[in-house]
Amino acid sequence: MTAREEVLDGVRKALGRSAGQAPAAAPEARIVIPEIDVERRFTMFSERLELVGGKTYRAADLDAARAITVEIMGGETGVASNAPLLAQAGITGLPGVATGFMDEAALRAACAVTPFGITTADYALAETGSLVTRSATEARLISLLPPVHIALLPISRLLTGLDELYTRIPLPSEETASMVFITGPSRSADIEMILVRGVHGPRVIHVIVVNNI
Amino acid sequence: MLIKIEQEQSIRKTVADPKIQKAVYSATARLKEKRSEVVSPEALPEYQELREQAHRIKRHAMENLDYYLEQFEKNLTAHGGKLIYARDGNEVADFILNLAKERGVNMLVKSKSMTTEEIHLNERLEHHKLETVETDLGEYIIQLAGDRPYHIVAPAVHMTRQDVGEVLTRTLHVERSDVPEEQAKIARVTLREKFLAAGIGISGANFLVADSGAVTIVENEGNARLCTTAPKIHIAVAGMEKIIPRAQDLAVFLKLLGRSGTGQLLTVYTSFLSGPRRAGEVDGPEEFYVVLMDNGRTKLLADAEKRESLFCIRCGACLNACPVYRKIGGHNYPGAYSGPIGAIITPQYAGVAKDPWLPFASSLCGACAEVCPVKIDIPKILLSLRREVAEDNAGEAGSPMERTAFRMFAWVMRRPKLYALGARIAGKFAGLPGLTSFGPAAKWGSTREVPRPAAKSFRDQWRDRRKGAR
Repeated sequence: MTAREEVLDGVRKALGRSAGQAPAAAPEARIVIPEIDVERRFTMFSERLELVGGKTYRAADLDAARAITVEIMGGETGVASNAPLLAQAGITGLPGVATGFMDEAALRAACAVTPFGITTADYALAETGSLVTRSATEARLISLLPPVHIALLPISRLLTGLDELYTRIPLPSEETASMVFITGPSRSADIEMILVRGVHGPRVIHVIVVNNI
Repeated sequence: MLIKIEQEQSIRKTVADPKIQKAVYSATARLKEKRSEVVSPEALPEYQELREQAHRIKRHAMENLDYYLEQFEKNLTAHGGKLIYARDGNEVADFILNLAKERGVNMLVKSKSMTTEEIHLNERLEHHKLETVETDLGEYIIQLAGDRPYHIVAPAVHMTRQDVGEVLTRTLHVERSDVPEEQAKIARVTLREKFLAAGIGISGANFLVADSGAVTIVENEGNARLCTTAPKIHIAVAGMEKIIPRAQDLAVFLKLLGRSGTGQLLTVYTSFLSGPRRAGEVDGPEEFYVVLMDNGRTKLLADAEKRESLFCIRCGACLNACPVYRKIGGHNYPGAYSGPIGAIITPQYAGVAKDPWLPFASSLCGACAEVCPVKIDIPKILLSLRREVAEDNAGEAGSPMERTAFRMFAWVMRRPKLYALGARIAGKFAGLPGLTSFGPAAKWGSTREVPRPAAKSFRDQWRDRRKGAR
């Protein structure tokens, strides 16, 4: 008997079930979406993110978002993802910004040396101060290898929390191999419970929330 | 004798070690406090409701586990991943070793996984000359020190920064630093090279989501993201009890896990991964495997009462709350899992005969059950395991005299009139030294505080008061 058959058989025997038997009715999923207006969502998001060491900006439009990005980068280089919004904002065209990577090895090499990784977020969660990024639109390494992460978030994508996200995307894997929630910069408290930032991922995270989109 | 001499000596040594006592006490106090803040009624009014729901979902998932395993497999396969069933740790290691050999991989990186600790995966792989590098900061230090994790979520909690400085200098030949930030930087630089060179990344799984065929991993450092992104092959090793039915159920579990473990609303990173990189995606692994491990879990499943031991989401809250864990520390628990949850799952995986003292290493104060986010009734399961030990060792555990004494006690307790008489007689001797100071009962009494009988028993007082009232 293969391991698969033996394990499944063992489980069925232990539970008194038979092969192909339908499951009992599952408890209904618990989804409760609070009503929070957009300004309150923004305040919550920036407060939460600040508590975990991130920084939030508010941009009137994409031009303003680009200006904030330029200021944060202070003339240094960066790697921008292929998300269309970054091109629309003119960020991919900034001097020192490399973009358009379709080859993993090249992306990896660029991300390993640049100080800034620039992405968008598919969604954000006000209740926890989290960004939601999906590999279908964002390469994973850009928000991971560079020491500073800059993310653009259209304000229409700022949700209340997990419950709303899982209502919008009940089956995340249908569209993407990876979905990651990012809640502040990388951290560890493994040595004497002392907080250290930027252990393996970025030590700084800037989120630029863009109005009217 | 339930406990071996060496075991008892080791516990005494830990209790007498001021450095370890301080480190563990203060770290667990901090975690406890942070948890209480974020689950308080003001911070999270729906906390109790979330616990109830988490318990219900886990119960349902375990009671229909075969169905959800097959559903998970179907969906994972549809997304290009592969599910490997493993009966035990040997089969997990064999799969990884064979794959590494086929693909010509000689080094792999690992993110934190208690399941792989349970089966001593690193030793098995290293034995076959497959370099295995832990990448969580705490786990990395533990690995360099040749030690084992002390706590489910804080593996190096027993080490001071001086200990860490010493280990890093000795093993990596770097300049000595006792500053945690510098130490983390040393690890970052050393491990960054490993991430980018490794052929395989191994992770654990916090949840296996059946309706999505997805593995969910929570972490704070980014090492799990790197392990599951940079190498060409990702292998997630998971106990089969990690199954939950739906992605939507994560809205409940994620709210509980971070809060209970470290007092975070969410950990820094929560990854939801299903299958290898897809067409159009620039990075991510090319091969994606989930190794689903039994290793004794089916045995547990068969016991309807103790089945709920499998609901555990490994937050570590019960360790921080446990007065026994906080004194005797993590290393005195046999097996990978320490604290109250370890005291119930280790004996069930390995059989109660192996460490029969373990279910007794608890004061049954109930603090563990109170903080458990999935409402596992740990004290009840401890009692049930104690019963098993007693049945197993009927001939050796406890002296015949102790058993006779308790049988007599039970006999008296069932006869109210006799009990009342006994209480009245005992009251006459209230001023004298207790019975447990002498003779055969002295040893039993040496670790127990037997209450003094009252000069006038409660029953007598009650009767007199009622008479007076009339």
